Amino acid sequence: MNLHFDVEGGEFISAGVASSKVKKVLKQLAIKPEIIRKISVAMYEAEINMVIHAHGGVIDAEIMPDHVHVVLKDEGPGIENIELAMKAGYSTASRLAREMGFGAGMGLANMKRYADILQIESEPGKGTTVEITVKLYPEQA
Amino acid sequence: MTINDVQKILNATVVTQSTYENNSVQSGFVGDLLSVVMGKAKEQCAWITIQGHINIIAVGTLINVACIIVTEDFKVDEDAISKANEEGIVIMTTHLSSYESAALLSKNGLE
Repeated sequence: MNLHFDVEGGEFISAGVASSKVKKVLKQLAIKPEIIRKISVAMYEAEINMVIHAHGGVIDAEIMPDHVHVVLKDEGPGIENIELAMKAGYSTASRLAREMGFGAGMGLANMKRYADILQIESEPGKGTTVEITVKLYPEQA
Repeated sequence: MTINDVQKILNATVVTQSTYENNSVQSGFVGDLLSVVMGKAKEQCAWITIQGHINIIAVGTLINVACIIVTEDFKVDEDAISKANEEGIVIMTTHLSSYESAALLSKNGLE
């Protein structure tokens, strides 16, 4: 199953729509709650990043029999130093985002923690693509 | 402990139209940074925070919190309340601080 979402930039209000939808579909498929949480949290963090840092973007989620693969693509400012950005606590979020409880510098750290495979490609000035893969039945792998 | 018990212990005001008061609350978590909450809070927890905007509902549903307690009389946005009603999340508010709320729940047996 493929799900496509367009995410608007600066729209803190609607952020989370895509991850909530994917969560609901996985729930209907009777996937274990802890697996759903991994996907939902990793995806929500990436979705929020698109809203906070880029000007929105597109999300394609592919639900396969044994894994979920989510591609989040934006044409935002890109990440200058991915290694630094991955460091827990490092953040370039705006004051508004921080006041709302975002920008803790934990987004990429959470994605890394919950994704089974996390790939980030970014070019400053061009944009960022984040790919998250989570296995649905890790015990069988 | 149930959501109803939590409300009574804190003498909190439920701002959502909930029918989930008998749902079980198994732990507590205090946090205002959403990523930290998502990373660490357990399912079915009572999440204590001062954030009252709509994104707390997204976080709350993603990690299946039992209820959200907004402390220090911080205002809960209208759109957050309607989203919470849609998603079946209970939000309550209290004038107590996050520390006082956590301490009271702990004293009454919530882990």
